[in-house]
Amino acid sequence: MLNRTAENVARATPEPLARKVRGISDKGLAWLFISPTILLLLAINIFPLFWAIYLSFTNYRANRPNEVVKNLGFANYQRILGDQDIWIAMQTTAHFVFWTILLQTLIGFTLAWLIDRKFRGHAFWTTLILVPMMLSPAVVGNFWRFLYEPQIGLFSYVISFVSGIPPTSIQMLSNVSMAPWSIIIVDTWMWTPYVMLICLAGLRSIPEYIYEAAEVDRASNWRQFWSITLPMALPFIMLAVLFRGIENFKMFDMVNLLTGGGPGSTTEVASITLKRQAFESWRTGYSSAFAIILFVAVFGLANIYVKALNKVKQR
Amino acid sequence: MKSSLKMALGLASAIAASTAVSNAAHAEDLTLCWAAWDPANALVELSKDFTKETGIGMKFEFVPWTNYADRFLNELNSHGKLCDLIIGDSQWIGGAAENGHYVKLNDFFDKEKISMDDFVPATVVGYSEWPKNTPNYWALPAMGDVVGWTYRKDWFSKPELQKEFKEKYGWDLGPPATFDQLKQIAEFFQKRQIDGKTVYGASIYTERGSEGITMGAMDVLYSYGFQYENPKKPYEMEGFVNSADAVKGLEFYKALYDCCTPPGASNSYMGEGVDAFKSGQVAMHMNFAFTWPGLQKDENVGGDKIGYFVNPKGPGGAQFAQLGGQGISVVSYSDKHEAALKYIKWFANKDVQAKWWSLGGYSCLNAVVNDPKFPASQPYAQAFLDSMAIVKDFWAEPSYAPLLQASQKRFHDYVVAGQGSAKDALDGLVKDWTQVFQDDGKM
Repeated sequence: MLNRTAENVARATPEPLARKVRGISDKGLAWLFISPTILLLLAINIFPLFWAIYLSFTNYRANRPNEVVKNLGFANYQRILGDQDIWIAMQTTAHFVFWTILLQTLIGFTLAWLIDRKFRGHAFWTTLILVPMMLSPAVVGNFWRFLYEPQIGLFSYVISFVSGIPPTSIQMLSNVSMAPWSIIIVDTWMWTPYVMLICLAGLRSIPEYIYEAAEVDRASNWRQFWSITLPMALPFIMLAVLFRGIENFKMFDMVNLLTGGGPGSTTEVASITLKRQAFESWRTGYSSAFAIILFVAVFGLANIYVKALNKVKQR
Repeated sequence: MKSSLKMALGLASAIAASTAVSNAAHAEDLTLCWAAWDPANALVELSKDFTKETGIGMKFEFVPWTNYADRFLNELNSHGKLCDLIIGDSQWIGGAAENGHYVKLNDFFDKEKISMDDFVPATVVGYSEWPKNTPNYWALPAMGDVVGWTYRKDWFSKPELQKEFKEKYGWDLGPPATFDQLKQIAEFFQKRQIDGKTVYGASIYTERGSEGITMGAMDVLYSYGFQYENPKKPYEMEGFVNSADAVKGLEFYKALYDCCTPPGASNSYMGEGVDAFKSGQVAMHMNFAFTWPGLQKDENVGGDKIGYFVNPKGPGGAQFAQLGGQGISVVSYSDKHEAALKYIKWFANKDVQAKWWSLGGYSCLNAVVNDPKFPASQPYAQAFLDSMAIVKDFWAEPSYAPLLQASQKRFHDYVVAGQGSAKDALDGLVKDWTQVFQDDGKM
């Protein structure tokens, strides 16, 4: 009986299409389907990466196609690592990454925690909070540039109204000490909802029975938060930090639109320096070396972080 | 049925024939690449005559100033065929010549009897020659331009302001002859109430991203004694770029920025300057002369309300102005050299140049600008002529881009962000520029 059933199943199962048509194995067919993607990936990601690595050891300049390309060894790398301006740009980047992640995580998690209370109209508020994240960075940058305008901007007007300082004295984008914060404010406004969404997913994943057990044990709300909510949501928070960290390390659009790296070089993050070297000064080899250094830095830091994240998840 | 078939065939042939004719007509269409600004619109108007005369259609590829260099330098570097003719910036000439982007025009000029002696000398050096001061021509001077100033003549002529100014500074309020006077006027107007509105002293160039603050600061530095290099020893910059006089010049520019510009003007270039002047925010406005025809026509600030003056003198009496403007070149990668050269020949014609000036372009032809009627032809004509007589230009080296980026950074760090001293900025600039020339093997 069993044998007959197996035979029936075997008979009913169609012969693999590929084998029937051209004698291609299933594995071959799989490769056939996946190869366009792999080729595209090789052409768009892998080849440029290796090409950039090659260029980083040369003096190649894209605006001098006729010039003889010389091999410089590690000279570009040495020059970058010894360049004070590059280190200042890296410090500026670290400053942005630190403050944006801190603010976005704190506010994002708080918002997620509040939304998770499921109060009346919470769906409406969730949607409203998500709006900035859905806008294009170009729109957000220009929008905030007008808001920050010292003579006609709403931001200056509101701050002036609250503090009594004349609006023309509130120069968010022109003032050396305020310009970095003007970008941090905008990035936080735009990307906190993203962190909130991830944290919300984390909070919603905590089983209700754990809280019920805590209630039975007469644990206070504060105790429940510290002992259940926060530890169980921590992997999600760390994931949000990872995503935002990588994104903000290469932050370009917002800085470019709001300050262009100025005033002076106050807000010149690494990506702006890279763009200036590559597409304004046309030092292609040099900028390739810088790009490789940035890539290695992000890749290395992200790897260390992912290991820490896995340890937290295993607890 | 037969007749319908015939009709359909006839119609198809007619369509095919008309397409062929149209293709033939457009086979020699030329594409001219330039920046998107008022003079470009004037050139579109002017070029209609060329099409009428030759049957060659003209297409235009205009890109906003902010993307102008990126877009067209990429096009040239990639040997693109988009542009048959290009009006490229004066600083590009070295790179374009050495990299073979432009067609050398000497033989063509000789054949067509176009003489560079017929053009304003500064524009020939600035827009056409590489190496500089040698008779190697890569462009025909097309659009003369220079940094100068506009001022609110109506405010300057208010009797109560004139009286107050005279009492305070001891001289008559009018277009300044020196930079010190310019600063006094700017201070006088800063945060003053005029017609119920707070106004400011001056709009100057402070833009960081492309070339703005360099064009503005250089406009002052030249007259204070800045020199790019030792006249006797090329590329020797120590003591010239960072001379004591150059330091004073940069300090002056910062002082002018700190005392007398509108709030938030930390990234201001041509467009922002025009906006500040047009909206009645500033008493004086530094900008390239190409903006003047548009401002002259403006209902609110133009006509009798606007005046023009040449870049003032420095403390030692030297007087220079930053050269702008461009030459027109034939792109070597184009397949239509013959037609493109026809356009250049037509553009060099005296009548065409006269019309070019009347439409709002700035002719560089001596016959036009030295015409006795020229100074009276427009309210700004004399200021333009005087300015063109005192021009200096930024490095036109093939490596002009990193040279420019270095000055942008050093000037903005000091003038706008207030980091370090003027001496630090100029010492840093010598260091940066030395590195660029060392990379090029020139030092």
